[in-house]
Order: sequence, then C-alpha cells, then structure tokens
Amino acid sequence: MAELLRTEHLSMEFGGLRAVSDLAITISEGEIIGLIGPNGAGKTTVFNVITGVYRPTTGKVVFAGDDITGWRPDQITERGIARTFQNIRLFETMSVLENVMIAKHVRLKATLSEAILGLPRYGKARQQHYQECLELLEKVQLDDVAFEQATSLPYGKQRRLEIARALATEPQLLLLDEPAAGMNPQESLELMEFVKRIRQEFDLTVFMIEHHMEVVMGVCQRIYVLDYGVTLAEGNPEEIQNNEKVIEAYLGAVDIDA
Amino acid sequence: MSPDIFLQNVANSITLGSLYALIAIGYTMVYGIIRLINFAHADLLMVAAYIAFYGMLVFTLPWYISFAIAIVLTTLLGVTIERVAYRPLRSAPRISVLISAIGVSFLLQNLGIVALGARPKPFPRPDDLVWNIQLGNVSFLSLTILIPVVTIILLLMVTFMVKKTKMGIAMRAVSRDFETSSLMAVNVNKVIGATFAVGSALAAIGGIMWSMQYPQVDPLMGLFPGLKCFIAAVMGGIGSIPGAMIGGFILGICEVMLVAFMPELSGYRDAFAFVVLILILLFRPGGILGENVVEKV
Amino acid sequence: MDKHAKLKFILTLLVVLVSFGALYIAQGTMNSFYIRVLNLAAIYAILALSLNLILGFTGMFSLGHAGFMCIGSYVAGILTMSPASKEIIYFMEPIHPLLANVQWPILPAILLGGIIAALFGFMIGFPALRLRDDYLAIATLGFAEIIRIVVTNVIPITNGALGLKNIPSVDSLLVYWGCAIVTLIVLMRIINSSWGYAFKAIRDNEIAAQAMGINIFKHKLLSFTIGAFFAGIAGALMAFLITSIDPTMYRFTFTFQILLIVVLGGMGSLSGSVIAAVIFSILMEVLRFVEQPMNLLGLEISGIPGMRMVIFSLGLLLIILFYRRGLMGTNEFNWNWVLNRLGIKTSHQGKRGEAN
Ligand SMILES: Nc1ncnc2c1ncn2[C@@H]1O[C@H](COP(=O)(O)OP(=O)(O)OP(=O)(O)O)[C@@H](O)[C@H]1O
Ligand SMILES: [Mg+2]
Repeated sequence: MAELLRTEHLSMEFGGLRAVSDLAITISEGEIIGLIGPNGAGKTTVFNVITGVYRPTTGKVVFAGDDITGWRPDQITERGIARTFQNIRLFETMSVLENVMIAKHVRLKATLSEAILGLPRYGKARQQHYQECLELLEKVQLDDVAFEQATSLPYGKQRRLEIARALATEPQLLLLDEPAAGMNPQESLELMEFVKRIRQEFDLTVFMIEHHMEVVMGVCQRIYVLDYGVTLAEGNPEEIQNNEKVIEAYLGAVDIDA
Repeated sequence: MSPDIFLQNVANSITLGSLYALIAIGYTMVYGIIRLINFAHADLLMVAAYIAFYGMLVFTLPWYISFAIAIVLTTLLGVTIERVAYRPLRSAPRISVLISAIGVSFLLQNLGIVALGARPKPFPRPDDLVWNIQLGNVSFLSLTILIPVVTIILLLMVTFMVKKTKMGIAMRAVSRDFETSSLMAVNVNKVIGATFAVGSALAAIGGIMWSMQYPQVDPLMGLFPGLKCFIAAVMGGIGSIPGAMIGGFILGICEVMLVAFMPELSGYRDAFAFVVLILILLFRPGGILGENVVEKV
Repeated sequence: MDKHAKLKFILTLLVVLVSFGALYIAQGTMNSFYIRVLNLAAIYAILALSLNLILGFTGMFSLGHAGFMCIGSYVAGILTMSPASKEIIYFMEPIHPLLANVQWPILPAILLGGIIAALFGFMIGFPALRLRDDYLAIATLGFAEIIRIVVTNVIPITNGALGLKNIPSVDSLLVYWGCAIVTLIVLMRIINSSWGYAFKAIRDNEIAAQAMGINIFKHKLLSFTIGAFFAGIAGALMAFLITSIDPTMYRFTFTFQILLIVVLGGMGSLSGSVIAAVIFSILMEVLRFVEQPMNLLGLEISGIPGMRMVIFSLGLLLIILFYRRGLMGTNEFNWNWVLNRLGIKTSHQGKRGEAN
C-alpha cells in the first residue's frame, strides 16, 4: 500500500520542555492507526505539529509526497488532512448545518462581489454545497438536528459533529484526538463502529489518539506508544499489549482509560 | 548642538524616562495578573493631580498633606474600579473587559471635564520641592534629580515587595497560573486588589510628579502619558517590572533626543511611541525582557 | 424554498420604498435642524455598521475607526473645495499645486474617500492583524493616532492643525440615508454569505476555523478593509455635513463613541447598530438640555457642559456590566418574528431548503 504520511526526526520543544522528540511515524493509505500514551505524553502535540498549528523545532512531515513542514494549518487542511480537537471546538453561534458548511467555504467557486450582487454562479455553488452538507449529515445521522444550535447538542453528538465537519473538508487523512473521551463503554463501542464505517464510506486513512483501550485495540491495525515525547513502542494491538516497556509506562501512570 | 544644551536634553530625557517608568509599572503589574490593558490607569494620573491641585489651592493644605490625600484617594479609586468594573466580568469574553476598561476611562475623563472644566490650569510647584540648580552654564530644576530618585526608590520597594513579601509571592503565583493559584488557597481577589492598589498608588505619585514637572493640569492630561507608558511596558516585556523600567527610560530618552536632534520632526513626537509599539509587537512581541510563548491549543 | 419568501421579499421592498418616500417627504417638510440630526444618525449608522463587521462579526478588537474616518473626511474635503477657498484657507503654506485646482462632484469624492481609507485599512491591517485582542486594540489605536498626527503635519495637503473650511455643504437626506441603506444592504449580504460565515467562524473559534481550511489572515484583512472602506465613506459624509473639519475631531475618543453605539446595538447585529445609531444621535440632541442653564421649579440650574458624554460613558459601562448583549444581541430584525406576531405562521426553521 502507498505511503500517505511520514514524519522524520520530528521534535517539538516549548521553552526547555521537549514535548515530542525524534518521532518517526509512517502511515499507509487506508490504515487505522492508534496513538496512545499517558497524560502529557505529547500526543496532541504530535497532531498539532502534523496539522501545522505548531512549527516543529526540527524534523519534517511528508504527506502524500509533499513536504508540508511549515505550511499553514489551512493549507494543510486543503491538502487533505482534517482533524478533530480534544477539547471540542465547535462554532458556537452556528447551527449544526452551518458548522459543516464552513468547511465548504474554501471550495466555493465564486467571488465575494458575486455574492453581494446575488449573481447565479454564487447561488448555484452555495446551493450545491448546501445539498452536499445535508447529505453528509444524513450519513452521520445528524440530519434530524441539522438546524439546531451546535452547542445545544448532547456531548456525544457534538463529538460526532466535529467528525462530520472534518469530513466535509474532504480529507484523505483524518486525525481524531480522543473521540471517545467522556463516553461510556456502550457509546465507545458505537463510536468504534462509526469510525470503521466512515473509513469505508469516505475512503479514509485514520490516525487516532485514544485513552479507551478497548476502542484502540478494537479498531486500530497498528499502534504507536508515546511517553514523555519518546516513542516507546510500535506494533499491532497484540504486540503492544504484551510489550514490557508499555506495561511499565502505564503502570507508572494512574488512569489508563479514565 | 552645544554641550550645555546636550546636557540639558540628557537631564530632560532622564526625568521623562523616570516618569514613564513609574507609570508603566502599574500597567505591567495589572496586565501580568489579569491580562488587561487597564485603560483607566492613565486617568488615575489626572485624578491624583487634580486632588493635589485642589488640596493646595482650594483647601490651602500644605503640599505634603495634599499629596498624601491624593495618593490615598487615587489608590482607593483604583481598587474600586477593579471591584466595580472588572471583577464582575472576570469570566466574560476578553473584549467585554476591555470595553469596560475603556468605559471607565471615558467616564473619568468626561467627569473631569464636567467637574473641573476642560481648560488646563497651572499646577502650583511647592517651593520645598522645586528650585533652580545652577551648574556652570547649565541650569536645571531640582525635579530633575528628585524624580529619578523617587522613581528608583519606589522601584526598589516594589521589587522587594514582589520578591520577598507573602503578598508579592502570591501575586507572582497568580500571574503565572490563575486557576491553579485559586485552587491552592491563594485568595485571588485579594491579590488582584492589592495589585491594583500598588499600581494606582504609583500612578498617583507619577501623576503628581508629572504635573510638577510640566506644571499644568487638565482632564485629558493622562491620555497620552498613559498610552505611552503602556507602550513602554510592552517594550520592556509586559508583566516584567524591570522591563517596564527599561522600556520607560528608553522611550523617554528616545522621545527627547528625537526632538533635540531632529527638530523638524517635533510635530511627529507623539507618533514616535506608536511606531515603536508597532515595530515591537511585530518583531518581538514578548518585549525586551519577555519570552515569546507559543499559545496552547 | 421558504413559502413566505415571496411575501418577505415584497415586504422588504415595500419598506425600502416607503423609507425613500418618507425621506423625500421629510426633506420637503422638516426643518433643517431635524434633517441635520437625521443625517448625523445616518453617518453614525454607517460607522457602527462597519465597526460591527470588524468587531462584532469577525471578533477583531480594532480601535482605529476614527483614523479611517479622518482619511475619508480629508479626501472628500480636499477634492470638493473650490480652488478659490483653498487659496484663502491654506495661508500657512500654499496647497500642493496638484490639488489646488481639483474640484470634484460630491459622489465620486465620497467614493474615493472610501477607497483611500480602504487602502490604508489594507496597509495597516497587513502588519496589525497578526495581533489579537488587546494588542490589536492598542496597535490599531496607535495607527489611527499616527494618521491623525501625520494629517496635522503635512500642511501643504491638509492645512495642518487649522483644518479645512468651506467644504461644500450637503443636506440631502437621500445622500446620507442612501449611503447608509446601501451600506446596510451590502453588509447584510456579506454577513449572510459564505464569507460572512467564515468571519463568524473566525470570531467563534479561530483554531477550528483554520482547521476548516479558512485562511485566517486573508479573511481578517478582507473584513478589516471593508470596514475601513465604509468608515471612509462615513468620514466623507461627515465632511459634507459639518463643512469644516480639523484633526482634533478624529481623536480616539471618537472611536469610543462608535464603540458605544455598537455595544448598545449588540455586537454581531447589524439592525442593532442602525437602531442604536439613531437612538444615540437623538439622545445626543435631547440631552442637550442638561448642558444648558434651566429653570427647574423656580430653581436656577446652570448648565453643565460635557454632561452628555458623562451620561454616555456611564451608559457604556452599565451596558457592558449588566446587559452585555445590547439591544439585539446577535439577533437580526427578521420578518419571521413580525409575521408570527401578526398571527401568520412561518416554519420554525425558516432556512430549510434555502442557502444563503
Ligand atoms: N503551547 C505549549 N506551550 C508549552 N507547553 C506545551 C504546549 N503545548 C503542550 N505543551 C506541553 O507539552 C506536553 C505534552 O502535551 P500534550 O497536550 O501533547 O499531551 P497529551 O499526550 O495530548 O496529553 P493528554 O492525554 O492529557 O491530552 C505537556 O507537558 C504540555 O504541558
Ligand atoms: Mg491531548
């Protein structure tokens, strides 16, 4: 399978703190990969560096053959990487549908003056995006709340909306930062199925951070383990579960699946 | 430029720099602790100057009593402003607090105009404090020495307080991490109140010395010094007391020297500080002594 | 499509027609004092609308509005004054020969005032919009002051501190309110377009907006430049309303007044800005009595000059402390609400099936 994402000697320092050090990750098209590690291990930082929120101190990120190190986050999104956030970041004054429509803005093939003058090219393009987003909401079963205020949704649906919004950017690679956080086992299970389903339906590669071990072990083909920014281990779920160093790191930390 | 005039300018710039430094400390302390540009800080200068003015002229009190009353009342006012206009908005969006600060400043200025009249009034210089000193061909006011000396003493006091007293340590804790400090039984409200008290007292002293140096009071007198002192604080690295000091002096010296060496630019004097501010914000937003931090996501 | 869309469109058209009719009649019947107050209200409305785009919809705390307005005023003033009055007024230093003989008609001068202000907005926004919140506020305030100081000092162009006099006077309600209505319509269309949503997304959550592929800087700059453009238009209109201008009018305290209107109307509500602008201008006149000597129950009370601004600044404080959403919050005037009041049922989700 073709390689989709690769990081080389990727490090990120904040002041004196080395949050990620010398990270080497390779992800092939179509995989579901997990990233785990105790609190503060540097997982979110890895996502932030991949998506351009932080510029890495050293090293590079290569996506589908392009060196995207130092690109702006919006450029990286346009190139095909979408993400969700650990602390939900919805557009709070907007409806569910409007939240998803934001993702279509960059794909709009009309100018602002056409919009102000109400010319048909703008109207048509916008109408088409509107239909696409409604269809997307149907696929993720949020169509019944399409016109509700996004932040009025229950927590689980807000998480699903974040994923829907990311999907609307039409990504090749989807980064999920603790999608099952705050969910009970039943909900996590549903989420797992959901992730598997959208990967099929949208032809995605998925890279996810998750604390719920049953989710990670259940869906991921390969897992990277991070501790204090250093890669402890890499392998399939079985290898990870039996890895000495991983067990030690997790025994040292308190909450494995809080 | 003759050496005498040059010396004169050096003296002027040190005086102005000291005043900027003193007022900048108030900005930097408040900003450090609640991340707010306290727009009203500038108007505290004006309030203090007017209280001193009325004390001496209308109530014919001795200067030291007038000054003491001015400092006490201004400090109370500063603390009250925080209580009434900032504290209720502590969990509100940042823009709201800033608007509130602008509102307070706007209110003080207009109250000043209503109560005191828009016209500038001459500020009386107490003979005990202000006299002429003749050194060869150079003559200068005693204030040229007095102001830097007072500034340095106050600076040392504030530094001591922040470094050594319990309250100062609490201030530093709160400015580093608001939430954690409040969890760790630091009375955040009290610490913020104390910060405003110290900052306002310094503003009051700055305002009084300002009106002795440039002997005139008017309701909008705080406006430009206030903005410039904030700029000085940013320049030195906001949140840092030595930074405010350095920033204040640099700004004062540059301003005076700019006009001294390029008199044709004197009309642009007030623009200079803003140009400096914009350059600093763009190229070294952390200021001279500050660090440039990455925002957490 | 919304089944009431046609009805709403007709209603809107009706309102526009009726307002222009009303303006026309008012022009013929009202005395010049009331007309002046109404014209001032139109200018405040444009200023508040444009600041609201920047502050309320895009979340950028800019305090530079007085500066853009200053540019608009001077451009319009210099372009329209007669060569004869220029010769008289510029007595400190003669006016630059290139400008001495130009005399444009009113409308192109207004437009150029807006365009040059927009140009400055773009140039200032370029460095400044990398900053946020209070830093942005203080930097834009600084830029506005720099503009004002430069205007005070380039005497051959602006006549320095003496300012301009004998700018042609315009008192037509149609000009002022025409500009205000065009501004409102253009901004409404922007706000409801894909770009408007991008602005609001940036306001709501910058990081998430960027993750949605939105180029934050480009959009902020766009919003800022549009805001500066309309502030310039308002400045030009101000020059024609008061006919003599000088740099001290454009201090940042003026920006505070506009801020007050925006906050009063609701940050994020265009209709709120217009309503608040009208209320503000009327109150400015109504409250004039507090500054005049009066006789209350046989008691002579001398007027207190400046009292109005005390009342307004107190108002700003009270609103932000106790009624932060202002008159309208982020709501807009809308027909659904009116129709429902009239007992005509509209679908709860008026937007279904209809993209903006
Ligand atoms: N912008 C920043 N500035 C300074 N330090 C940071 C910044 N972002 C992250 N860190 C630090 O980097 C380390 C790794 O943080 P990160 O958020 O990546 O951890 P994580 O593995 O996602 O943890 P969790 O499971 O709690 O989400 C932490 O010590 C954190 O405090
Ligand atoms: Mg994390």
